Amino acid sequence: MIGPRSIVTEDGWRDAIARLASGRATLLGLWGDKPDVTMALLDEGTGKVDVFGYTCINGQYPSVGAQHPPAIRLERTIRDLQGLDAIGCSDRRPWLTHDDEPYAFLPTEGDALHQIAVGPVHAGIIEPGHFRFTANGEFVVRLEQRLGYVHKGIEGLMTGATLDTAARLAARVSGDSTVAYSYAFALAAETASQIAPPPRAVYLRALMAEFERLANHLGDIGAVCNDAAFALMHAQTGILRERVLRASQDCFGHRLMMDIIVPGGVARDIAPDGVKQIGDLLAEIRRIFPHLVSVYDNTASLQDRTVGTGIVKPEFARQFGAGGFVGRASGRAFDARRALAYAPYDRLTFDVPVLSAGDVNARIWIRIREVEQSLALIDQIVGALPDGATKIELPPHGACEGLALAEAFRGDALVWLRLDDQGRVARCHLRDASWFQWPLLETAIDGNIVADFPLCNKSFNCSYAGHDA
Amino acid sequence: MMNAMIRDFIMQGGQMLLVLTISPLLLGFVRKVKARLLRRQGPPLLQPYRDLTRLMRKDVVLADNASWLFRAIPYVVFAATWVAASLVPTFRSGLLFSWTADLIAIIAILGCARFFLALAGMDTGTSFGGIGSSREVMIASLAEPAMLMIVFAIALIAGSTQLSFMAAFMNSPAVGLRVSLGLGLIALIIVALAENGRIPVDNPATHLELTMVHEAMVLEYSGRHLALIELAAALKLVLYLSLIACLFAPWGIAPGTTEPKLLLIGVVTYIAKLAVLGTLLAIFETAIAKMRVFRVPEFLGAALMLALLATLLRFVSRSF
Repeated sequence: MIGPRSIVTEDGWRDAIARLASGRATLLGLWGDKPDVTMALLDEGTGKVDVFGYTCINGQYPSVGAQHPPAIRLERTIRDLQGLDAIGCSDRRPWLTHDDEPYAFLPTEGDALHQIAVGPVHAGIIEPGHFRFTANGEFVVRLEQRLGYVHKGIEGLMTGATLDTAARLAARVSGDSTVAYSYAFALAAETASQIAPPPRAVYLRALMAEFERLANHLGDIGAVCNDAAFALMHAQTGILRERVLRASQDCFGHRLMMDIIVPGGVARDIAPDGVKQIGDLLAEIRRIFPHLVSVYDNTASLQDRTVGTGIVKPEFARQFGAGGFVGRASGRAFDARRALAYAPYDRLTFDVPVLSAGDVNARIWIRIREVEQSLALIDQIVGALPDGATKIELPPHGACEGLALAEAFRGDALVWLRLDDQGRVARCHLRDASWFQWPLLETAIDGNIVADFPLCNKSFNCSYAGHDA
Repeated sequence: MMNAMIRDFIMQGGQMLLVLTISPLLLGFVRKVKARLLRRQGPPLLQPYRDLTRLMRKDVVLADNASWLFRAIPYVVFAATWVAASLVPTFRSGLLFSWTADLIAIIAILGCARFFLALAGMDTGTSFGGIGSSREVMIASLAEPAMLMIVFAIALIAGSTQLSFMAAFMNSPAVGLRVSLGLGLIALIIVALAENGRIPVDNPATHLELTMVHEAMVLEYSGRHLALIELAAALKLVLYLSLIACLFAPWGIAPGTTEPKLLLIGVVTYIAKLAVLGTLLAIFETAIAKMRVFRVPEFLGAALMLALLATLLRFVSRSF
């Protein structure tokens, strides 16, 4: 989608920082590509994406985070992984690496405050992350996150890998978004080598992306309710989610549809009876889902937990460029499918639901509306599915680079890819939507009680694996 | 005389064994009904027994800084709860210990167990234990006054706080239909939900350490210690359901007799009552979400007010 970056001087770099700090642009990503640092900026008004590279001098570059806080964790990661140093930012603690334990958590001041350490090992089977609460009794004064426990070094493994291997690695960044990551990676590779996949593949990709969104949203709606001990919703949406996964298995041979989207198209066509299966699935969801929505809407005890809990302020959502239901529940209407209009979404009609309340309830409603939109999209995709080939070979193209965004269920997944003249990956950066959602969780819990944190956390459902990559 | 003594002893022993052996079954039953309501298969009815024997076999893992209190408390809690559960008439009233089966005494024994469990939660100094204990005590500080108020309301009607006597009175035509009894029943149900850590106050099935109350308090326990605490929790549920059954549905309880037929009727009706109450509990828990921690005082405050109202109504008119 977005071609090669432009290399800027220090003035140009500082100019970009000023655009971010003044709110004229949103930070999409910031990553190291030794000896350069690169940032991607989005102009929210026009939907234009700029990619700037800055060549570090003695491994140093002017800090973005000093003036634009969303970049702080990204800069700490660049220092951890590439050793490039942001000059001017006061937070110099590591982020993804855990070499210098104990980690210096922000200090607690005041007699009435105490700290509660939670994780990285939790009482339930969930991903690892550490949360340090500073609380006054039940009231949370501050939450500080510590992540990086599932850092797999995917970007390091990709360096020097063939495109096929790299695509398989990209699919394993975060299992629940495997389609979205494969999608973004394939788009980036195709942008870099300037080819377009066959039309049938374009539609099948969107079909899988909507399947993934449907399965995850259904699972999430139930899981949020389950954290309020309302297991009924969890059980019912669990059945629907399972139906989607089984339909995925039947149509594409894999429940999560892993490794099916590849650079150049899709690895396999939909099963011959797939279209009929999808029709049955949509009919079942359309029959049951409205009942579940009304159960959610009419259970007062559940509403009492979700309404007004964990509010993300719209200005934070805007500043951090939060994607997905976190951003859209707090008034930020960004959806990569709409803003960047990649094929086939430029030819499909759908709404991007937006709410402004920013609470747990709003994040559930965004999911509910998106389930409805995904159902409509799947109808359109199946109806317009073109015939023809599903894959073309990528021709050798020499050194090139490209950036792409694909809308995963929890927000935009960004992939930036630079290929060497052998067609191997010289550097690839994958940025999960969670990078800009995790910090907002710290703000959302302010003024809430400790016991409401799991509910807020589940309504965000940020990825640990995708963030730690 | 000697024979009567032995007979009473057997009856009391039977009651103690009955509540002990039936409590895991009740837990398994409630879980099964809940699972069926969610269209799940659910664990087998006997699963709680298997869990307990598994825990009994396992080694105890103790924190380095755990004191002797931490090791002693599971036995204290289990013994106190078992004794309290043995005092409530289940299938037969007028048991050997029935002269001590005073409702206020039962509340005191349970309060004692809770006090020690809250101490144990804080003993190892983990943040979850502290959170659990503080929440438990907050809930108890509201549930206990409400419970005492309920006792007063019912005792004013029955003329005694002695359970065998109260059950006999409730089973007699003298009781009639009374508003204050209805209020007392609702209040007692609310207190029973809170005391047993059921939804909407606490979620016994949760894995979210930050929302736990009872589970957070006992998070550091393992092996036989945990088995005793879990069994005590199961006994407490039996106790409260038995109490509701004994006060508000005393039909079938064999009066101080040893006639096998009456005793059999007593046991069968008792089990049927537990099954009905357990089913109602499962249905209620499925239909409602857990409330915010700071909503609990309002919930229990309602119980206190209802019980207070029930007591006051008795002073307005003896017919309420």
